[in-house]
Amino acid sequence: MNQDTFVISAIVSNEAGTLTRVSGLFSRRGFNISSLSVGETEDPHISRITLTSSGDEKMREQIIKQLNKLHDVKVVELMDTSRTVLRELLLVKVQADAKKRSEIYEAANVFRAKVVDLSPTSLTIEITGESSKLDAFIEYIHPFGITELCRTGLTAMGRGDYILKNQTI
Amino acid sequence: MNGAEIIVNTLIEQGVDCVFGYPGGYVIKIYDELYKASSRIKHYLTCHEQGATHAADGYARATGKTGVVIATSGPGATNLVTGIATAYLDSTPLVAITGNVAIPQIGRDSFQEVDIFGVTMPITKHNFLVKDISKLADTLRTAFQIANEGRPGPVLVDIPKDIQVMEYGFEEKSRYTAERETNVTEASIAEAAQIIKDAKKPFLYIGGGVVASDAGKEIIEFAEMIDAPIGSTMMGLTAVPNHLPYYLGMTGMHGRFAATKMMYAADVIIAVGVRFSDRATGNIDAYTRGRKIIHIDIDPAEVGKNIQAYAALIGDVKEVMQMLIAASDKQTRPDWVKEVASIKASKYNNVKMSDSHLNPQYIVEEVNRQVEDDTLIATDVGQHQMWASQYYNFSLPRTFLTSGGLGTMGFGMGASIGGCIGSDKRRTVLFTGDGSFHMNFNEMATAVSNELPIIVVVFNNNVLGMVRQWQTLFYEKRYSNTVLNRRTNFVQLAEALGAKGFRAESCEEFKEAFAKALTLSTPVIIDAVINKDESVLPMIAPGGTVEDIIIRGED
Repeated sequence: MNQDTFVISAIVSNEAGTLTRVSGLFSRRGFNISSLSVGETEDPHISRITLTSSGDEKMREQIIKQLNKLHDVKVVELMDTSRTVLRELLLVKVQADAKKRSEIYEAANVFRAKVVDLSPTSLTIEITGESSKLDAFIEYIHPFGITELCRTGLTAMGRGDYILKNQTI
Repeated sequence: MNGAEIIVNTLIEQGVDCVFGYPGGYVIKIYDELYKASSRIKHYLTCHEQGATHAADGYARATGKTGVVIATSGPGATNLVTGIATAYLDSTPLVAITGNVAIPQIGRDSFQEVDIFGVTMPITKHNFLVKDISKLADTLRTAFQIANEGRPGPVLVDIPKDIQVMEYGFEEKSRYTAERETNVTEASIAEAAQIIKDAKKPFLYIGGGVVASDAGKEIIEFAEMIDAPIGSTMMGLTAVPNHLPYYLGMTGMHGRFAATKMMYAADVIIAVGVRFSDRATGNIDAYTRGRKIIHIDIDPAEVGKNIQAYAALIGDVKEVMQMLIAASDKQTRPDWVKEVASIKASKYNNVKMSDSHLNPQYIVEEVNRQVEDDTLIATDVGQHQMWASQYYNFSLPRTFLTSGGLGTMGFGMGASIGGCIGSDKRRTVLFTGDGSFHMNFNEMATAVSNELPIIVVVFNNNVLGMVRQWQTLFYEKRYSNTVLNRRTNFVQLAEALGAKGFRAESCEEFKEAFAKALTLSTPVIIDAVINKDESVLPMIAPGGTVEDIIIRGED
């Protein structure tokens, strides 16, 4: 991960407009946002957002403070990435006729990716991992010809007892 | 109980006895219930929804209570936007209620439909779109709580028409009372007290937060305790009585010479309830270089937003100041006191405009001489606003209604109305310019309808003076669109609207006209004719420092 890149996790209320509030805050205050993933938690009233951003320490501090001011944001944590499991999921469709397939399969194996769809002219591969691993895989696969690619953005969870608790519950 | 009844009952439960607004198709049900409840809650009808938000804002500024404004969907709602943004930038507690089309009609570009929830998201502390009748009352309660807790601000609640007619139970709940939040530790207080104790030249820099938390008394006590002069932002002007010997006046771009000079001379700035706006600090590097800043504010996000503080104390400023006082002992700084006094008495700090003709300083000071201490002073935005800030001596908190952060021309007329109503029709004076007044003078009709004792003093120079001043200084006198060339006869205008009008072209005429106006309890417009080349001085150009200050007669 780049030196000035950081990961923020937030526990938010699962209300209409919450995501807009969070993303709107970033654009309005000129904060960078490089990825954002969001989903409902085990409690349907609560969602969890993971976002990656970059900036100096001042900006990092402001992002945390400004997020904390949003009414729908319950907990904000600047993740200590040394104690955090970081994962991203990538789907990529690669042009592959029968001749090239085995080479791609081999790469998928090495990267611990899975082939999830197959057609006469293409392969679709699913891979999860830290962003750097996904980047490396894309770089390798690129010469074969990428038809489509999508990634979910990073999601993060602290290891062991590094837990984000919603104090308001 | 139907939704509209629940709205009105919740407002009453929250202690609201007056609201400002304008009816329309999608709030007609709410207005029907307001009609029935008119003995318990008074609705003030303005001429335009913008005037209604400014009135609710002015009401809140003058009283410290939450201002409430009601508008219909679509254009009614969008007309609130400037007023909500004004309240947001100046941290005024405001609850805006808008009607909207029925839920099944939302998203179909229905008649008078607008996504006001989306529009106001960046200019409210929080906003709601109520889609469930069972949550209506609690949503409104939460709106009042959010508007008041911590750093105050506006909240909008958008209520579709079908919610207003649905039936649901209502149970009165006890009202939320804002608690004073403080997160400072004894250690951090002790550290701040030590920094101050070690200071040779401490300076108290106070802002709107001191007014909001009613901490004027603590500021005075602390200033006396540590021999520190006080400078104020525009939002903090009423926080302490301006006649105090160690009070130096407003700092910043158009601040008093002594206030700005001493702030730059200080080695420790104790900044209380301020947010270091660019208009207040000028050049940030020069401002922070060589001095320690102790930042005291309720909003943690303000610390480090515009300047890096040496130490920060987060909490209600009244509580924090009390703790700081308890942790400090009497300190004397005779050299600093002498230096401050000499700069305060210096000629640069006491430059006067020539009284050979009617001039802005005379107007403000003459009003100050004639009115009682509790008079509400409102302004619009521009040169007259700065003159009022520079030359009026405030005695009591919450007597100055001015748009500081957003700088909203057209704010003053609505704000005067709201402030005047909130303070039981107390005498109110609006200083405005012929530019600003032309924006929203329609609300003069509202003042007339409600027989409000508002005196509007129009600084009439037939130009947009502040922009013109910048054109003079920075654009080689290319006066692009700042010459108004209007033919408005303000005396006739006043009469046409049912008010009284006077015109003054000399100091004598103004003195007389204002004295006459004070004898009337109805709205008055005084057309005060001033020279178009009067400028607001001192001035520090944007990004400048005290070294760049321009003083009258020195340019």
